Amino acid sequence: MHHLLVFNIIDQIRTLGWPGFWSLLRNGIVSGSLLALIALGYTMVYGILQLLNFAHGDIYMVGAFIGYGVLQAFGGAEMASFPIVPLIIIMFAVAMVGSGVLGVAIERVAYKPLRNAPRIAPLISALGVLFFLESSVQLLTNSAHVLYEGVYLGGNYPSTFGPLLNSVFTVDGIPFTTVDTLVVLAAVALMVMLVWLVYRTRFGKAMRAVAFDREAAAMMGIDVDRVISMTFFIGSVLAGAAGVMYGLYIGDTSFTLGFQYGLLAFTAAVVGGIGSIPGAMLGGLLVGLFQNFATGYVGGQWSDIVVFGILIGFLIIRPNGILGSKAIQKV
Amino acid sequence: MSDTPDTPGVPEPPPEPPAETESGPKVGVDSWVASHEGRTQRGPLGWLAHGWESTPDWIKLLAFVAIAASLPYWLLRSEGDLFNFGLYTLLFVGFGLGLNVVVGYAGLLDLGYVAFLGIGSYTYALLSSPYYGIHWPAEAVIPIAMLAATIPAAILGFSARRLLGDYLAIVTLFFAEAFVVFTNVANPVLFGKGLTGGANGIPQVDPLTFFGYKISSTKQEYFFLIGAVAVVAGALYLANQSRTGRAWRASREDPLAAEVMSMPVNRLKILAFIFSSAVAGLFGAIFAAILTAAVSTQFGIPFLITIYAVIILGGLGSIAGVFVGAILINCTFVFLEPQTDHPGFKRWLFYGAIIVLVALLKPWYKAVVVFVGTIATGFVAHAVVQAWGGSAWTGGKTINGASWLSHWVIIPKTSHGNFDNILYIGLVVAMVVVMMLKGWWRIIALGPTLYLTAVVWENVLSENPGVTALILFGAMLVGLMIKRPQGLLGQARVEIV
Repeated sequence: MHHLLVFNIIDQIRTLGWPGFWSLLRNGIVSGSLLALIALGYTMVYGILQLLNFAHGDIYMVGAFIGYGVLQAFGGAEMASFPIVPLIIIMFAVAMVGSGVLGVAIERVAYKPLRNAPRIAPLISALGVLFFLESSVQLLTNSAHVLYEGVYLGGNYPSTFGPLLNSVFTVDGIPFTTVDTLVVLAAVALMVMLVWLVYRTRFGKAMRAVAFDREAAAMMGIDVDRVISMTFFIGSVLAGAAGVMYGLYIGDTSFTLGFQYGLLAFTAAVVGGIGSIPGAMLGGLLVGLFQNFATGYVGGQWSDIVVFGILIGFLIIRPNGILGSKAIQKV
Repeated sequence: MSDTPDTPGVPEPPPEPPAETESGPKVGVDSWVASHEGRTQRGPLGWLAHGWESTPDWIKLLAFVAIAASLPYWLLRSEGDLFNFGLYTLLFVGFGLGLNVVVGYAGLLDLGYVAFLGIGSYTYALLSSPYYGIHWPAEAVIPIAMLAATIPAAILGFSARRLLGDYLAIVTLFFAEAFVVFTNVANPVLFGKGLTGGANGIPQVDPLTFFGYKISSTKQEYFFLIGAVAVVAGALYLANQSRTGRAWRASREDPLAAEVMSMPVNRLKILAFIFSSAVAGLFGAIFAAILTAAVSTQFGIPFLITIYAVIILGGLGSIAGVFVGAILINCTFVFLEPQTDHPGFKRWLFYGAIIVLVALLKPWYKAVVVFVGTIATGFVAHAVVQAWGGSAWTGGKTINGASWLSHWVIIPKTSHGNFDNILYIGLVVAMVVVMMLKGWWRIIALGPTLYLTAVVWENVLSENPGVTALILFGAMLVGLMIKRPQGLLGQARVEIV
């Protein structure tokens, strides 16, 4: 490092110019949408159980692998005979349902027996689940990186899959690919559905009631266990969808994915104000943007440190996040 | 009562009687009552527990030192055994002792602990190696390493002032991640060299040298570590018995009440961080000297979880528990290693553990049903598969002898596509199902599940020992939290409402 970091950054900004800025912004929005989807799972579970579900990132990773498995079951990306659009839909559907079931199973096995235990017990149990899932996938895949062949960005694979997803169109000179658009649109659609579910349906009302006061909700005749199971299911479904999107967008996945993205998504949930659904979406977008701009202007090796630094600073200055409500301690 | 948002003035609903799960707190009793059941235990286990409780703590420590010091002369004769079993166990005791202060005594979930170990390790490596050509003696470097670890810990503890439990966990976890990224990837240049040596770390670290006396052979290191561990354990024992120790426990159980009793809760938290990181700095430095290197990837999350497993298995807040946990976890880990001097032993360990767990079922006839079910399932499944697929599916050999097992466990001769993966996923699903079943259904389902466990062990797990250890750790943490959250020697916690 011959210059001060600040000069380096200014240099970077000059060299990259406007096109660089726009492409960083685009990448930030795409990965921000993914992070927002994962962060929603964290925030919903936290809102309802005050539990930090460390294993949530790994559900996302398992979702990516389920999508890959479906792709392989249909003969891989090179297979020309099966229409692509239904194939992508099937990948999403199977991965979402699979992740959802996994999330519910985790809740039943690892968290439900600990509902009245001291605070630290479910946290440690969650760490155990994280380890179990990550190592299990490592075992099942022999630690390999798997590729969604042909979908790989800029990939040269002769497939029917790649050209469709990677076809480029430009808006004002900024190149967009189909997969960028697909990821952002799907994420927005899922979030709209979630908001509708939580704020406009009977079930959503029950969920908000349980998050507000579990005991009172139980006395009002709400089946608390079912609501909690459903919350895990919905959060995990979103994570599974995000996993497939990640596979389509980045192209490869490995067993370490869950931990990396889990941390970033948790940052997003905290920055947005944990427990708040709009907060998680906003936080995801912010963290995605921060991460990409840090990668572009400061350097890839520093991006994680920048994001974590922001989080720590944020927690110290405003512990409740942007949209979080102030926690009041009552005696 | 910071957990549940309840309105003041409205009386709490009467607590429901605890259902079958025993893990829930016994509402309205104190800690003496909580441990009452354990104290009135009868039979050999009860005598053991009683004898353990009535022995003074300093005698336990002396007994440990005496036994540990004699080990190189009868049990751990070879250099490799002494290094893997002896040294590593003692290192884990040291690591666990430090973590126990912040997690066990003060009840703060510190996930950044490995970073403090790393800081101690790197400090020693930088100040006592040819990397920068500095060769300071250990009596000077170790205090510096401890100090270097306490400064970021104090800053983290300071941020912990405003953070409630879970936020603290995530901030410290980020700190640990940032440490690995900083040392491994960022590696800033200082005096013409990368400060932390990047992915290679810092090699050729000097052995510990106190006042000119060099500790370099495995046996010398072993005896030095026994001393270090005993001194630190004694000091932490005294700290825990002191006013500060009581204050830590009070602020762990109910920070709000402690604060109302005019305890400086925030300062206590910072103090716990400082104590814990000083111990981490000490043992991190020793770690670097013993490994003769400081490598950042060592201080990752798997290492953190291993240390957590040590203190949780032994019992949070219990010093004797740290010793027991370290011995159990490290020895299991060594037996699971790919290259070990005792290749056949891990199979005995695995089946032995299963048999012990089943034998603990009460009443005894349930255990018999499970055993009979497991063995019968095995012979039936083996016969069916042989009749249907022939020896292609059953003719495989078990590794390291025990050929009789292949008459009972299905081991295919050649690999059959995704057979291994399907088996493994099947086992996980079966275990989830067993946990959801109740009463006799669970007992009946347990037999086939255990047989499936044996099949998976022989086919999949024993061939991937490194990953298997992590899987077993994960499962153990979940299982322990559900069945016995206080660990082996920890004190049961109760909430007084």
